[in-house]
Amino acid sequence: MTPHAENVHWLFATGFLVLGLCQLSEALVGTAVWEQRRWRAYLWPSTAFGMGLFMWPVMVFFTSSTLHMLAHGAWAQVMMLAGAAQLGLVRGKLKSPRWELTMALAFFVSGAAFLIHEQNGWFFARSAFLHHALGWTLIAGSVFPLMRAFRPGSAPLRGGYAMTMIAVAVLLYCDRDLAPIFGHLSQFAQ
Amino acid sequence: MSTQVASQFDSLVRRSYRGYVVGALGPLTALAGVIWALTQPYRLTLFHPIGHGFWSLLAEGPLLVVLVGVFFHLVLAPGLREDLGQAELEEHA
Repeated sequence: MTPHAENVHWLFATGFLVLGLCQLSEALVGTAVWEQRRWRAYLWPSTAFGMGLFMWPVMVFFTSSTLHMLAHGAWAQVMMLAGAAQLGLVRGKLKSPRWELTMALAFFVSGAAFLIHEQNGWFFARSAFLHHALGWTLIAGSVFPLMRAFRPGSAPLRGGYAMTMIAVAVLLYCDRDLAPIFGHLSQFAQ
Repeated sequence: MSTQVASQFDSLVRRSYRGYVVGALGPLTALAGVIWALTQPYRLTLFHPIGHGFWSLLAEGPLLVVLVGVFFHLVLAPGLREDLGQAELEEHA
């Protein structure tokens, strides 16, 4: 009953794709139009929070080492924190745009966790390559929510944020349990 | 809503490039899933379910991408385009 790593990655990729499309739409139509229907305003923060919740069973049941467990635990916490902060902002309980910093934290911690828990080099196997690529994408992408905390109305920043999430989704969909990367596959990976 | 206002509203929704892009996001996403399914049909385990576990049958990458596209197109895009058209109509008024 234990899923393959690629299946888990694809399920989370689907969550990131939903987040990315929601963010991209919000960047296109503007926050005022996006939040005109209340359920829509809650859609992506609750998706982010839910993804954080689902990361806990991944941490408990599907990780192979202490390092993996700590990395997934850190993701679960920062994703839930960022999702909850966004829910608070949408609900009006939180007012300050600085709460956007929680999303920057989530991006940065997730990126760092990807890089730290991948102990093999870029061309060890496809999964190793994707862990490095995902880590640096998330760390670079954390600039967008960081800047949005100080320029909350900026559509280009939200667009960059959305494209980061879509890039993360694409990279996660590329994951395979065992596959070469650009013709390279370490004999130790097999 | 009078006929004149309704047709003005319809034309605004049609004309807005943002409306076009929002309307295209779902079909483009679904198309990406279809292309993936065509290039790697063996990823669709529903077509050959024997020997696959629960998770392999649940998490079929191409199908998940198509489902996200369909969800966006049917659930999110219509309301968004309508609200965007209304907002643009109010801007022009």
